[in-house]
Formats: sequence, C-alpha cells, structure tokens
Amino acid sequence: MVASTKRADPAAGKSLRRGRRRPLDASVKVILVLAALVSIVTTVGIIIALGGPTVGFFRQVSIADFFTGTSWTPTFAQKAYGVLPLVAATLVATGIALLIAVPLGLGSAIYLAEYAAPRSRKVLKPIIEMLAGVPTVVYGFVALFALNPILQDFWPGEQKPAFQNLLVAGIAMGVMIVPTVASVSEDAMSAVPRGLREGAYALASSKMQVSTRVVVPAAISGIVAAVVLGISRAIGETMIVTMAGGLVSDSIKFNPIESAATMTAFIANISSGDIPVGSLEYDSVFAVGSLLFVMTFALNALSIRMVRRFREVYE
Amino acid sequence: MISSTLTDRPSITTDTGAALTRGRRRGGEILFRTALQLCLLIVSTVLVALLAWVLTKGWNRLDARLWENMPSSLVSRLDTAGVQSALIGTLWIISLTAAICLPIGILSAIYLEEYADNNRWHNRMLELNIQNLAGVPSIIFGILGLGIVARVLGLGFSVITAAIVLSLLVLPVVIIATREALRAVPQSTRHASYALGATKWQTVSRQVLPAAVPGIATGAILALSRAIGEAAPLLVLGAVTFITFNPQGLDDKYTALPIQIYTFITRPQEEYSELAAAAIVLLLGIVLLMNSIAIFLRNRFEKRR
Repeated sequence: MVASTKRADPAAGKSLRRGRRRPLDASVKVILVLAALVSIVTTVGIIIALGGPTVGFFRQVSIADFFTGTSWTPTFAQKAYGVLPLVAATLVATGIALLIAVPLGLGSAIYLAEYAAPRSRKVLKPIIEMLAGVPTVVYGFVALFALNPILQDFWPGEQKPAFQNLLVAGIAMGVMIVPTVASVSEDAMSAVPRGLREGAYALASSKMQVSTRVVVPAAISGIVAAVVLGISRAIGETMIVTMAGGLVSDSIKFNPIESAATMTAFIANISSGDIPVGSLEYDSVFAVGSLLFVMTFALNALSIRMVRRFREVYE
Repeated sequence: MISSTLTDRPSITTDTGAALTRGRRRGGEILFRTALQLCLLIVSTVLVALLAWVLTKGWNRLDARLWENMPSSLVSRLDTAGVQSALIGTLWIISLTAAICLPIGILSAIYLEEYADNNRWHNRMLELNIQNLAGVPSIIFGILGLGIVARVLGLGFSVITAAIVLSLLVLPVVIIATREALRAVPQSTRHASYALGATKWQTVSRQVLPAAVPGIATGAILALSRAIGEAAPLLVLGAVTFITFNPQGLDDKYTALPIQIYTFITRPQEEYSELAAAAIVLLLGIVLLMNSIAIFLRNRFEKRR
C-alpha cells in the first residue's frame, strides 16, 4: 500500500509543474546512491589495503609456517614469523575480559530489564552509557598507572605481575565491553513478549524464576550475540593492550601476569615506528591485520545472524 | 504505562510464591536481586573511581599551562609543557570529520530508509555491509588510511587523512542512528505530504527530515564523541611525535589529544604521566559532555513520542 502511494505521487507532480521538480528528484536519488556507495568503497578499500601486502608477505613466508609457527620475532636478528604467540596473547586478554564483562554486563542487563523501576532505570542506564563513552586510551592509562600498582601490591604469589601484563589489560578491556554486553542483551530481554512472563507468574513463579528460566532462555540468541560482539570488540581493541599489555610476544605465553603483545598491539607498535616500507617486517603488519580482520568479520557475522534469528521469533 | 503495570504485577505474585514455599525461596530471591544490584554497583563505582583518580592525578597540571603551551619532549621544559597543539589538532580533525561523515551518513540513511527497495539483493548487501563495517576494529581503519588514503591518494600523514579515516570509521554509527530516527517518523506524515501533491524529495526534505532531527542529532553527537576519543587509527597514521605547532591547513602534520596522551605515557618521567592525566581530564570533559547532551536529547525525544 505504501509503495503504491509512492509510485502515484511523481506523476501528479509532473502534471502540475512539469520539468521544474522532476529533474531535482532524479538527481537527488543519484546523490543518495553515491553517498550509500561510500560504505561499499570503504570495504573494498580495506580489502585492497590489507590484501596487497599480505600476498607479498605470503610469497616469502609459507602459510603453514605463519599459522603453526610458535615464534614471532620480526624485529629480531633471527627472524621468525609464526603468528601463534600473538594469537595466544589475544586470546588470554580476551578471556580475562570476558570473565569480567559477562557477569557484570549480564547482571546489569537482567536488573535493568526485569527489576529496575522506570525511575531508577533512568539513572542507571546513562551510567552504563557513560562507561561506553570513555575513550580507550583512558582505560589504558588507568590500567597501567592505577590498576597495576594495586595488583602488584596485593599479588599473593612469588612472581609479581610485570609492569605491563595481560591481566590488567584484560580487566580494563572487560570494563570497556560491559556496556556492549549489557545494552545488546538488555534489548534482547526487553523484546521478550510480556505474555511469556505473565504465563510464568500465573504458574506462581517467583521473579527470579521468571528472569532465569523464562526471560534469559527466551532471549538466549540475543544474549549470545551480545557476548560474541563483546569478544569481537576485545579482539580488535588496540590502545588498552598496547599501553598496559605489552609490546613483544616472541614465544607463546599463557601466563597472564607476564607482558605479551596481542595482534593489535603488534600492529600498533610496528606501524607507528620506523620500519622501511615494503620490507618483510612492514608486510607482516598487514598479514596480522588480515588475520584480525577475518576473525572479527566472522564473529560479527555470527552476531548479526544471532540477532536476526531472535528478531524473526519475536518481532 | 506499560512498564508500570509490568513492575506492579510481579510484586503480587512474588508474595504468593513466598507464601507457598517460605524461607528458602525468599532467601534465594533476595540473594539473586542483591547480586544483580551488586553488578550495577560495581559498574558505577568503577566509573566514579576512574573519574576521581584521573582528576586527582592530573590536578596539579590542570591550569592554563595545559592549553596555552605546546607539548615538549625536553625534560627541562616539563614544568611548562602543555597540549595546545593537540587540542587544536583535535578541533581541526573533529570539524573536518563532521563535515565529511555527517552529510554522507545522513544521505546514505535517507537512501536506505526512504528510497531503496529492501527486497532487492544489492540493497540488502549494502545494509549487511554497513552492519559489518560497524564491527571492524578501528586499527584496521588505520591500515586503510595508511595503504589507501595516505599512500595511493597521496595525502600523507596530514589532518585531512586523519579526518577521512575517522569519518569512515564512524560512518556506520551515523547511518544506523539516522535510519532509526527516520523510521520513527509516522507514515501518516509522508502520506499527508503526498496527498498535498509534494514530490518524494519535497516530502523527505521538508517533512520527514525535520521531524527526525533530534534522533539524527543524538547519533551525530555520539559518533563525533567516539571519533574524538579514537587513538588507534591515528597511531598508524604517523601522529606519534611531539608536534610543537598548530595545524594551519588541511595538509599539515598534526597531533590529537588521545595520541598526545599516549605519547606522554611512553616517557619514563613521572611528570609526563601527571600531564597525561590532566590531558585526560580535558578529553573526558569534552567526550562525556557530548555524551550527556546526546543522552539528554534522546530521553526528551523519547518522552514526546
């Protein structure tokens, strides 16, 4: 019905004031399409910018060595290009971030969606949104100069955490992704139809039972999407891990109190320094960038699909 | 109204539930609720503690020196060093970013929401592409800037390169927010305009867009505040040096607040971290003010609807 009204009006305009209005409408559409194409051009640009040097890199380093090598030393005299140390550091930092962000984010979301009165919601939600507005360079600074000294003071073991370490970087990243996890999963829980809740209450369920056994399972694909999106944010986050996590990952380290470079920290560290353009070290930045792009792309696609499945069920 | 009935009803049912299995269940109920409240308490405490700590650490340097003087890598000038070039650089970059990304973003959203037939494959692909771009890590945009904007287009490590890259980075935010704002304008507004003989563009530009302004403004402010705080792409785009002059034109070298903060903390002297903290207070002041305006606008707008 909407489409038919849309189609009817240009003809009416034409008969009233021929010529003057129609060319404008036609050229407007061209401009709009051009604007929309910018995002396509951006994606193509990213693929070209990453692809060229990555192909150059893999002409000199075999794909098998890159994906299975356990030593990453592009800036050392003895060069090795096995990406696993960077991947391991990324996974450790991301894992720690999730341990912080999933409980805090989900707990906040359940409270906001199911418990909070409209008035307290109005105060609490902006607080979480403010946290999302804090620039990551600030989180990195706080992790390095406030969190790490505290950690070193209270660390029980013999080996104290290093000046830069994955544990503080992970904790700071966890705080950073709380708003992502909280807001996406709260949206999902708010979209669960009221009838489901009413039904459970009619069966004498308590509020906790309704929240944990009705709302959370009903919104589970949205919640999973929120967590997946959080993982993707953590993997792609750069400033926190560069400032507080470490800059060198020569071998695989799973100990979170040691300093290690994640994929993003490596890219940031090398590309902001003086490495000659076209050298193998320089190209390795793009190879790691391609891997990062593919990983986050897959996670985002998964998250988009989960959200869509959820919408199909309830909206 | 809906939410008030929602919150009223459960309290009645919980009481009945408690009457049936008193004690154990009641305890679990309270524990669960407390745990949830604890989550929000931790989140709020972290925010307050973060702000308080940064403010205390930077307090001694929070004066006119900060914006009147240039950054300096010389330890002898540590007392008088400031961040003027970074502040001016940030203002340059953000004005240019606004000028580039807002028109493109708003026009793209108008196309997708008002003109495009969403059943066609190419429009669906466009939409999916924007959703995916929104999740691409910011440092990848830095690599895009390095490989394409700085090298192929030959713009080098300049103010305009930084602005183009940040524009592309926050473009999805602008597009998604604008689309939501346009979608919220009732169809009847469009029908009324068509019924009076207006063309499509007249309807969009004179009826739909003005009605969507608060929503678009909210999205625009959030996008720009994100661009102000972004450091990772600029790290790749050669901004990590002590720049002691303000940019004069589009092709000048530059530095920006978040990058200047990073540069300060790579220095060993304690004074640099105090200076960084003072610069952070400045940066947080700008960013959080913009965020509050956006949240305020959105709440007002939602109330009216």
